[in-house]
Amino acid sequence: MTTSRSRRWFLGLGTAWSAALVACRSKSAPPAAEPRALGVAVSPYGSRSRFERAARYVNTNTKVPLEEAVSRTPLHDTYGIITPSSLHFERHHSGVPDIDPATHTLTIHGLVDRPLVFTVDELKRLPSVSRIYFLECSGNGLTEWRGGEPDAQRIHGLTSCSEWTGVPVALLLRECAVRADATWMLAEGADACKMTRSIPMTKALDDALVAYGQNGEPLRPEQGYPMRLLLPGWEGNANVKWLRRIKVMDQPAMSREETSKYTDLMPDGTARQFTFIMEPKSLITRPSGGDRLAGAGMYEVTGLAWSGRGTIARVEITIDGGATWTPAELQAPVLPRAHTRFRWSWNWDGRDALIASRCTDDTGYTQPLLADLIKVRGVNSMYHNNGIQMWKVAADGTITNGNHA
Amino acid sequence: MATMRSVAIALWAVAHGFSPAIGVAQSPTYGVGRAPTPLELKAIDIEVTPDGKGLVPGRGTAAAGKDVYARRCETCHGPTGKEGPQDALAGGQGSLSSSTPQKTVGSYWPYATTLWDYINRAMPFDHPSTLTADEVYATTAYVLFLNGLVGERDVIDEKTLPQVKMPNRNGFTSDPRPDVKTAMKKRQPEP
Repeated sequence: MTTSRSRRWFLGLGTAWSAALVACRSKSAPPAAEPRALGVAVSPYGSRSRFERAARYVNTNTKVPLEEAVSRTPLHDTYGIITPSSLHFERHHSGVPDIDPATHTLTIHGLVDRPLVFTVDELKRLPSVSRIYFLECSGNGLTEWRGGEPDAQRIHGLTSCSEWTGVPVALLLRECAVRADATWMLAEGADACKMTRSIPMTKALDDALVAYGQNGEPLRPEQGYPMRLLLPGWEGNANVKWLRRIKVMDQPAMSREETSKYTDLMPDGTARQFTFIMEPKSLITRPSGGDRLAGAGMYEVTGLAWSGRGTIARVEITIDGGATWTPAELQAPVLPRAHTRFRWSWNWDGRDALIASRCTDDTGYTQPLLADLIKVRGVNSMYHNNGIQMWKVAADGTITNGNHA
Repeated sequence: MATMRSVAIALWAVAHGFSPAIGVAQSPTYGVGRAPTPLELKAIDIEVTPDGKGLVPGRGTAAAGKDVYARRCETCHGPTGKEGPQDALAGGQGSLSSSTPQKTVGSYWPYATTLWDYINRAMPFDHPSTLTADEVYATTAYVLFLNGLVGERDVIDEKTLPQVKMPNRNGFTSDPRPDVKTAMKKRQPEP
């Protein structure tokens, strides 16, 4: 399967513009006919135009079973900050379960004075909140340690951003009368592998949600229908989908995912554990790898920035491989732990360029160069690569991955 | 009046920005949901922690596990746990600081209990939760045996499994991030 994104966006724009110019010049061309046929009638559930092709990228050339594979969001072909639910990235560990919400329940037990079982309908009776948060797999960009893949989708498509609706975990824990000696909670899914992660109680009582809504409708099955854990700014894997159980504990369970998988191996052979936060990161999504600029001139440079620690304060652009940086414009709303859209107008002189964005969040942290990350962490840590993404623009307008250029 | 007092404490806690959840026994605010039955809890309360809590009665040896492994595991993990095509289970000890680290049960996993928990909840990949407790113990024993961590006839059960010394038990550190600083040029003062 190949990506269906429009790799020739800029060329395409150029072609359309040329066609328009030709049309203006050609006095003999007949005007487009007025529509004379009826359109399609109203329908109960909408779908996109048959002319649109943006799709998640699935690498089928792998020994990994597709039930525990990933599909990646076409960042290059999305606008604004919200990812359509249908294009939200996927990472499953044993496939998407087919869950009937009439029979699904969430059990909260362990170090609580009042263990409780909630049905989906009961959960929806409780006070809810809606918040816009990104969700990023900590393996996003892992190809780039040794680099790399050709385009934004294949490198960085394991991040998406949605409006999530649900009940604060703190409210549920209060309702269960959580005990003072509680320090961790185990979150467990109802998928085939009963995917399990331990979450510190501080996060659970801070901003964690049990979410049942995504972008105004129920969660998609791929995103945990009928309910999932949502930990704003924390690595995707810990946001347990198809949530069936929360057990309040005084220690982490040391599950397979939090010991053998989502730990970051350092050059000295030790590994960092419970590396939950997704650090500030950004990339230019247009123009990016796979695009071809139509010639020297003005181009809008746009992309996304986000921080698991807070709010994006600044995004800067370089066109000389990081020697100099210029501020980009941030598009409101700029929300904590959400994708933030940035824009910058570039008057390309038609010569080789190495372009990139870097972001700084309201804690003062600035996204580092990939080389600086590698100096500290080596190339075998797999997870949490938030290094600057360089795109190499050649004089003929073609754009390729410039991370190791 | 105890209830009145706890309500007062809870109100005070809320007013002063403390979560009333901690350390204050309170009545439910919403009264939604019901208590789980012991049977319901038993069915899903399956995790096993490093101290062995959660392990169910049963036993197994690597000798017994060899047969289970051949029938249920070998297709994905290879005859000796090293060949794949899926995750390597054995080998790799001493490789973690090399340029080609191999993360296996023997080289990387810090707790033997995690292996039991994962086989019990998630394996075999396409038929999870179909092994008996004894089969889980035996398969666990066999994978540990493939890594030279237990003997072929050692009995692995609720008591012995948490005692198995894993080579990488002390190989993990806490999160030190932010660990990479970006040297910023001094910003020009705004005109």
